[in-house]
Parts: sequence; structure tokens; C-alpha cells
Amino acid sequence: MRIPCPFCGPRDSQEFSFLGQTGLKRPDPNAPDAQKQFHDYVHIRDNKAGLTKELWLHANGCRSWIVVERNTLTHEITGSEFASPLTKEAAQ
Amino acid sequence: MHYSVFSIISQAFKGQKDWKPVWRYPEPKAEYDMLIIGGGGHGLATAYYLAKNHGYTNIAVIEKNYLGSGSVGRNTTIVRSNYQEPGNIPFYEHSLKLWEGLEQDLNYNAMMSQRGVLNLYHSDSQRDDYARRGNAMMMHGVRADLLNREQVREVVPFLDFDNARFPIHGGLMQWRGGTARHDAVAWGFARGADSRGVDILQNTEAKQIRVENGRVTGVETSRGFIKAKKVGIVAAGNTTRIAETAGLRLPIESYVLQAFVSEAIKPLIPCVVTFGAGHFYISQSDKGGLVFGASLDYYTSYAARGNLPGVEDTIEEAMAIMPSISRVKLLRHWGGIMDMSMDGSPIIDKTGIDGLYINCGWCYGGFKATPASGYCLAHLMATDESHPVATALKLNRFETGHVIDEAGTGAQPNLH
Repeated sequence: MRIPCPFCGPRDSQEFSFLGQTGLKRPDPNAPDAQKQFHDYVHIRDNKAGLTKELWLHANGCRSWIVVERNTLTHEITGSEFASPLTKEAAQ
Repeated sequence: MHYSVFSIISQAFKGQKDWKPVWRYPEPKAEYDMLIIGGGGHGLATAYYLAKNHGYTNIAVIEKNYLGSGSVGRNTTIVRSNYQEPGNIPFYEHSLKLWEGLEQDLNYNAMMSQRGVLNLYHSDSQRDDYARRGNAMMMHGVRADLLNREQVREVVPFLDFDNARFPIHGGLMQWRGGTARHDAVAWGFARGADSRGVDILQNTEAKQIRVENGRVTGVETSRGFIKAKKVGIVAAGNTTRIAETAGLRLPIESYVLQAFVSEAIKPLIPCVVTFGAGHFYISQSDKGGLVFGASLDYYTSYAARGNLPGVEDTIEEAMAIMPSISRVKLLRHWGGIMDMSMDGSPIIDKTGIDGLYINCGWCYGGFKATPASGYCLAHLMATDESHPVATALKLNRFETGHVIDEAGTGAQPNLH
């Protein structure tokens, strides 16, 4: 599996480490249902079969966090971008 | 027909004419008392124990593919109970005890072989860790033997004891562990369940769990709607996909795990051996092939096939302890989808929806748990109470903080 890193170009997946689902937001610890929200944040995942957006770290490369669009049914990778808008800006 | 040496001999004189298919291919009924989603080892075991221990016979198992086509037919067949956490040991020990009587109970040869499971250690600190695990086991009445280097050498002399990077200092042995014939376990449970009246519906895919007013009413399948008072989800890697249809969100992610079999060689490895400096396990099947595997491919997947880095990693680990097999040819390798839970331990529990039960999170240790998993889910579905050995395997342990994290790696399923 090759992952197109927006900075380094297509690289072997072994250079990357996998974190998982994007879009998880750390809840407000002062919210009345903070305990439930934190449970969901730490433990509950979509585990989608099909197209997903995931966080990967190019650990043995440019060390950027990137968002990879990948199909979990076929392992096909259809896109990637820097996870942080700041990195995106700096790379331009 | 009851299987025995006499039935084999008598059939030899009758031209083998009386052997019958061991399960039926029934049409689905409109309604069952209980419906099990998933015709793998755990699902079939659940049906078997529901019928045998609790007297339920109006039940069905639905399986989207053929019987035993999932992980029960594609694992590395290891059976053991050498766990460390208090929530796990009694459960897996219950399972091992069931394994020990399983063939007599099922009247089916599952080729259960208690040849021993040996976990190698490669450093002083790892020895301490394994001693601790052995002590934890013994506190629960499970025998464990901490072997030194020479004792290990007596059992498995062919290992690379003086490997420069990972020298073998000794190992933790569970002699009662071993291997079993994976397919035969599924077939044995299927035969036992079918003979007690359980309908096994193959090629019947669960599409949607129907819930009305917080109570399960049945399952929409590829062969029409089947009404049921109670439904058990035993869908392994596809658990979250089917649970989602009932509005459940679970602490589960699906990953692919690869396994390997080599060409057959003469008897070499007498027990199961695991590599302590990485994650690698190997045994030899009765046909002579070396059966082995390592860690997950570390990204979520439903593809049931792995990638080459996983292959390379596995082979490298094999070479680190057994360079003697470097020229043995690989016969085949395959991948299966694992339901990885957030703490690496399983879940057998109610779901908050009346009549809907869940059995999942087996990570890549489900095979050894097959009998106890079915036993405990059957107990839960029949009585609405957790079986005493499965009281820790609750769904809400992630909320209460009572996680059972054997590896101590936290809520990151690909690290368990």
C-alpha cells in the first residue's frame, strides 16, 4: 500500500503510523454530560466499511499529520491532505 | 448417527452406505424464540449450549456465507488460558475446561491436542513479567511453569538460543494449552446444535435488526423477515455493521490479521511457541505444515486480505527464533477481519435494547474462547444474567473505567 504524502509524494505505508478516525473533538470537561462525551470520544468509533477519512503520521518521513481518504473494503487510497491548515499554508 | 470405533468398523462392512449429512438445510421459519446472527464457532456454540443447557430448540443461526467461513475457518488454532487480568483468567480457564471435555460432549473429533503453549522470554525484566503472569494464573488455580533456558532447550532444542539481539532466556509454559482442529470445532457444534433441532440457515445475510419501542422484534434477512423474541449478535469483524442497524455504536474497530501455513515437513515443533520480543506464534499441524502468525496489519480494514509489510514482519520474527526454517516454503497465507475492542478484551453483554445481546471484541484471540463464549452468551440470553465467569466482560466497562487491558496499551485497538 502506498500513501500519497502531500509533502513527500507517494511513499510506502510502512513509513507511516496509523491513528484512526478523523473529526473527533475533545469534549468540554465542564459540560453536564462530560463523562458520556469523553467515553464516546475515547472509545466509540464509526468503524465504517467503505470510504473513510483517517489520520496518519508520516513518522519516518516529513513527520506531518495527514488525512488520508481510503476505502476499507478495498484498501484503495483516493486522496490525502495535511491535517493542519497551518502545515497546508506553510507547504504552499 | 453416533460416531464411535464400532460405527466405523460396521460401516466398513456395509460399504459406508449409512453415513448421513450431519446438518440439515432448512427453510427459515417465520418466527423463532431466539436468533443468532453469525454461523461461526461462537454463534454455533451459542446455539448448541442454548439447546443443551437451557432447553431452547426453537432457535436459528443465520450465516451470510457458508458455515464456519469466517475466522473459525482461518485461524492459527491455538487454545490456552494463560492470561493475567482477573476479569479474563476465570473465563478463559472455563473455556479450556470445556475444550478438555468437548470431543466427548459433542461426539465429534475436534483433534484437541494439549501439546503445551510456551511463551519465550528474552530478558531479565521479561522473565519477571512472565513470572508475574504465571503467579496470577496460579492464584486462579491455573497451572503455569516458568522454565529456564535449559528446560526450554529440552522441549524445543532447535531454537536460536544465542541470537545476538533476542537471546532466549527461558519461557512460561502452560502444558494444558495446545491446538485443536478449527473447522472440526465449527462442524461439531453445528452437528450438535442441528441434532437438537436448531435451524442453521446458511447463505442468509442479516440486513437489518428491527427494533420497536426499545425492544427487538426480529431481523430482516436476505431471505425475508424473521421474527424473534431475542437476538444475539455474534458477527465478529462485521459486528459494528450489523449493530449499527439497531442504532448501537460500539467500542470496536475492525482490522485485518494475516496467518500463514508452510509446506508439510516432518515433526519438528512439539508445542506452540511464541516469540516474546515481538508478537509471533508458531505450531505444527498434524499434517506437518507450520502454522504461524504475528500482529495485525495496523490500519482498519474489511478487506480480509493483508499487505506485504505484514508478511515481511512475520517472516522476520520467525527468523529471529527459528532460522532453521528459513528454506521451508510458504504454502499459503490469508487474512481475516478481527473485531478489535478498545481494551483488547471481549464483550458478552446486553445492549440496552430489550432482547438484543452482543458477543464481540474477540480481537485475535477468539478461537480459544469458542466454547466458553457460546456457553456464556447462551447463559445470558436464557437467564438475562451474566454467567459468573463472564461478569467482567461488560459493555459499560469503558464508561466505568473497569477496562481489562492485558497489553496495557490503552484505547488504541491496533496495539492490542
